[in-house]
Amino acid sequence: MTPLLSVKNLTAGYGDTVVLHGLNFELAEGGITAILGANGAGKTTTLRALCGLCRRRGEISYAGRRIENLATEDVVRLGVAHVPDGRGTFASMSAEENLRLGAYLRRDRADVGRDFETIYALFPRLRERRQQQAGTLSGGEQQMLAIARALMLRPKLLLLDEPSFGLAPLVVQEIYRTLKTINRETKVSMLLVEQNATLALDLADHAYLVETGRVVVSGDSEMVKADETIRRSYLGY
Amino acid sequence: MDALLHQLFSGVASGGIYAGLALALVMIYQSTGHINFAQGEMAMFSTYIAWELIDYGTPYWGAFFLTVIFAFVAGVAIERLVIRPFHNLPVIALIIVFIGLLVIVNSTASWIFGTTLKTFPSPFPAEPLWDNHYISNHELGSIGIVLIIVAILFVFFRYTKLGLAMRAVAENPQSSRLVGIRVGWMLALGWGLAAAIGSVSGMLVAPILYLDSSMMGGVLLYSLAGAVLGGLDNPWGAALGGFIIGILENVLGAYVIGTQLKFSVALIVIVGVLLARPSGLFGRTVVTRV
Ligand SMILES: Nc1ncnc2c1ncn2[C@@H]1O[C@H](COP(=O)(O)OP(=O)(O)OP(=O)(O)O)[C@@H](O)[C@H]1O
Ligand SMILES: [Mg+2]
Repeated sequence: MTPLLSVKNLTAGYGDTVVLHGLNFELAEGGITAILGANGAGKTTTLRALCGLCRRRGEISYAGRRIENLATEDVVRLGVAHVPDGRGTFASMSAEENLRLGAYLRRDRADVGRDFETIYALFPRLRERRQQQAGTLSGGEQQMLAIARALMLRPKLLLLDEPSFGLAPLVVQEIYRTLKTINRETKVSMLLVEQNATLALDLADHAYLVETGRVVVSGDSEMVKADETIRRSYLGY
Repeated sequence: MDALLHQLFSGVASGGIYAGLALALVMIYQSTGHINFAQGEMAMFSTYIAWELIDYGTPYWGAFFLTVIFAFVAGVAIERLVIRPFHNLPVIALIIVFIGLLVIVNSTASWIFGTTLKTFPSPFPAEPLWDNHYISNHELGSIGIVLIIVAILFVFFRYTKLGLAMRAVAENPQSSRLVGIRVGWMLALGWGLAAAIGSVSGMLVAPILYLDSSMMGGVLLYSLAGAVLGGLDNPWGAALGGFIIGILENVLGAYVIGTQLKFSVALIVIVGVLLARPSGLFGRTVVTRV
């Protein structure tokens, strides 16, 4: 089966700085792939390159078409939803308005209404806080809101940039459990960027380890878990 | 007492006009951080279009709405063709672009429409509706029109998808792209709305001042003062600021500093607010937890 996403020889950077030096990876339809790496390895840049938020070159094939020259707005139109680094909350708007913005491209009003219900069932806390100004939500609630906003697009591919960042362990567990449910029930594919390798490898079926803009280890999660480098530097045993 | 009341009413009336142009300035500022110094000149140009239409025999309200549409389209076009190529320039260079636009629109207007003063009709009857010498029908009508614009904008930003998208772009362009909003077009739309609102101000000023190419210079200054006072990123604050400036201008001009120095009211307000409270009285303060 051809993969949903296939990246070949991707280089990317900002201004004159090159951050990614020829990255190769794939993501199977319906699968969850993790990209692991230390601070500054280029994980965020990888996700940004996929949806045209930084300068990039190479080959990005998604759902049978090349997208490396598309503008961000057009990549989104192909069903790629990005939960960005820092969550990208529309802080002065209510939680509900954030979700309505997530559904900006949808034309099927009735379905959008049903999706609000589905989302609120997945994240009951967002239902309670739907009228609250999003900037005043807790960090965990804002992360849930960011994921929920991305889901309102009904994406085929969800890009997640460190959803555990800065959150208490219990909240992180809750979010990861929900991600698992979402993947199982909606079959949305996920590309997950994490520093927390334990978490990511438990959720993902495949993983890549990136160091200074290059893939150094890749394989299915179990294999990567067993890898010596990963164990020592990222899993800590 | 009677004279003071008179000044107050005139203040509210000119304030309404400043409020209109202040709203136009905010439409552009809130999504780009730019102050369009050519806003007044664009309004003046549109008012000439209205004059030509009326001169040609178009009924007033027909000319009014055609002009608003013309201004909207022109505003979008100016953003796309003139401003867009420069939008990554540093602020000082952009100010030069805006001043350039101001000069070009102004001289084009003199060139096409000539330099003689023209009288411009008011859509409201000249005879006072009831026996009052405080406020003319035109002034009353102008205030009403500005309030209608405020109400339309409120509904647009609050209840429509497009309005929501425009607010989103003003707040967070990157997140807006990530939900699929075409940010560039939203900025152009902001320019279109600004130009449309500005054209209404122009058509409301012209019956008071005579139509000529320097008509909007002073109005722009007072409107800018109003927008700065109320908060450049808050439409409602800016509109209210416009009204406050109108009242200050008239009352201070009559009783405190004299009509010759009226302009300085605007300058003092601008400098004072920028020093003491740069976000204005009602500027956006967003609480963000990280
Ligand atoms: N906007 C930018 N301009 C210039 N350099 C940047 C920019 N953003 C990131 N970089 C550089 O690119 C490199 C990779 O950054 P990136 O954010 O992709 O790392 P990361 O793997 O996501 O790290 P972290 O785990 O800390 O989030 C870093 O050296 C960083 O300094
Ligand atoms: Mg990162």
